[in-house]
Amino acid sequence: MAGPVPLQRWRGGVVPLLLLAAAEWGLHGVQSDALAPPTRVLASLWDGLRDGTLLGASAQTLSAAVGGLAIGGGLGLLMGLWLGLARRAAAAAALSVELLRPLPSMALAPIAMLVFGFGYRLELFVVAFTCFFPMLLLTQAAVRSVEPRLLEVAQVLGLSVGERAAKIVLPAALPRVFVAFRLSVGIALVVAVTTEIATNPQGLGYGLIAAQQALAPDRMLALLVWVGLLGWGLNAALLALQRRWFRQGAPQ
Amino acid sequence: MSVDTLNWRGVASSVTVTAVLLAAWAVATHFEWVSPVFLPSPQATAQALVEGLRDGDLLALAAGTIERMFYGWVLASLIGMALGALIGNSPALRTWLQPMLEVVRPLPASALIPVFIALIGLSPAMVLLVIAFGAMWPVLLSTVHGFAAVEPRLAEVAQVLRLSRREFIFKIGLPNALPDALAGMRLSLTIALILAIVGEMLASQQGLGTAIVMAARSFRAAELFAGVALLGLIGFASNALLGAAERRLLRWQR
Repeated sequence: MAGPVPLQRWRGGVVPLLLLAAAEWGLHGVQSDALAPPTRVLASLWDGLRDGTLLGASAQTLSAAVGGLAIGGGLGLLMGLWLGLARRAAAAAALSVELLRPLPSMALAPIAMLVFGFGYRLELFVVAFTCFFPMLLLTQAAVRSVEPRLLEVAQVLGLSVGERAAKIVLPAALPRVFVAFRLSVGIALVVAVTTEIATNPQGLGYGLIAAQQALAPDRMLALLVWVGLLGWGLNAALLALQRRWFRQGAPQ
Repeated sequence: MSVDTLNWRGVASSVTVTAVLLAAWAVATHFEWVSPVFLPSPQATAQALVEGLRDGDLLALAAGTIERMFYGWVLASLIGMALGALIGNSPALRTWLQPMLEVVRPLPASALIPVFIALIGLSPAMVLLVIAFGAMWPVLLSTVHGFAAVEPRLAEVAQVLRLSRREFIFKIGLPNALPDALAGMRLSLTIALILAIVGEMLASQQGLGTAIVMAARSFRAAELFAGVALLGLIGFASNALLGAAERRLLRWQR
């Protein structure tokens, strides 16, 4: 489906701007523990950026998200490649995967808390566990969808399993694997923030809870906006890369 | 015939792998390769699970979590589908609202919990609202998509038949959007369970989420693992139930 006509594009911005203006007007001069007018939120965001607190917290959250994604997503990718290529292994692993996959990520946070205490390792563990399964299943599906004739060619050429994976399967499955990666980045960020809100006292998530408890709604909402911007920006950047690298063949 | 034997073999190997993993867990705890403070044996976990269910403690906690998840999810599904039908059915509303929805959607629902706490306080209603709000997005957006993707020829047919707006929504739009909406509802269910757990943890509501945090804090590893296993079971069962319902509801498609 084609996007909206460029001339009508501005319409998408009208409602949010009106809402923001209404909030500014309605909240101006009001003392509230829960809400603040947009201009004060913006000022707080600017303060946080200038004094470095926001960037420090972002670095904590992002490093936990990226590290966890590297561990869990990397393992998921390898295992997805293997299970995608080897049907028997996939059948053998199916039950174990189906039993572990529905475990809600946040249920693992207390276990990680018990084992690692507070800090990076707790968050890395929860993020890694959560990213493992989507990466595994989407990679497996991507490998399965590789044109069977390519695999026949590989067989005729007498390629070994490793060569088959590196030379035929991976390049053919790459567009879809990249989509899996993009989705996992989003998941990693959400899980990192959620872990910080629920248990781990560091990063942006903890900052949100701390601001709420300090009755500083402007700081709380500034952090919320910032978290939204980070997630949106990461996704937009990866989407742009995806369009550039895999012009055709990538599903949306 | 050959497919059947292959399937049978697949199931057997699948069960074997799971059994081997469980056995590895049992062996690792038996020889205390991992401290029992962190990793209880499968027997101890199973015992804690059975005792908790028999006493009714664990059952009551699970009921609290399931109830919260379920009501939040139903609320999310109803609101998501209603708003989705409204927006998806009107090209004007789509141009005005969809860009805003796309920007708000990727916001982590859990990040809204502090805002909801500030607005409503640490109450059961707060947890329910967070679940409903956070789990609404997949249903809303997939319903919008389902309505927007109605085959143009069907719209023409509706015009020829002089269907009213409401008839169009219920007779053509909704059946067309149902597969999308159901897919969204499945995703919502997962989100609802996670938000129920996080909401309980933060607002100290009676439920499995709070129980496992308490168990971890007081180093009761067996109870912690039993609680986590039960949460996994809830996730598994609810997903399977919804999958079965989906197949039933979408039978006409095949």
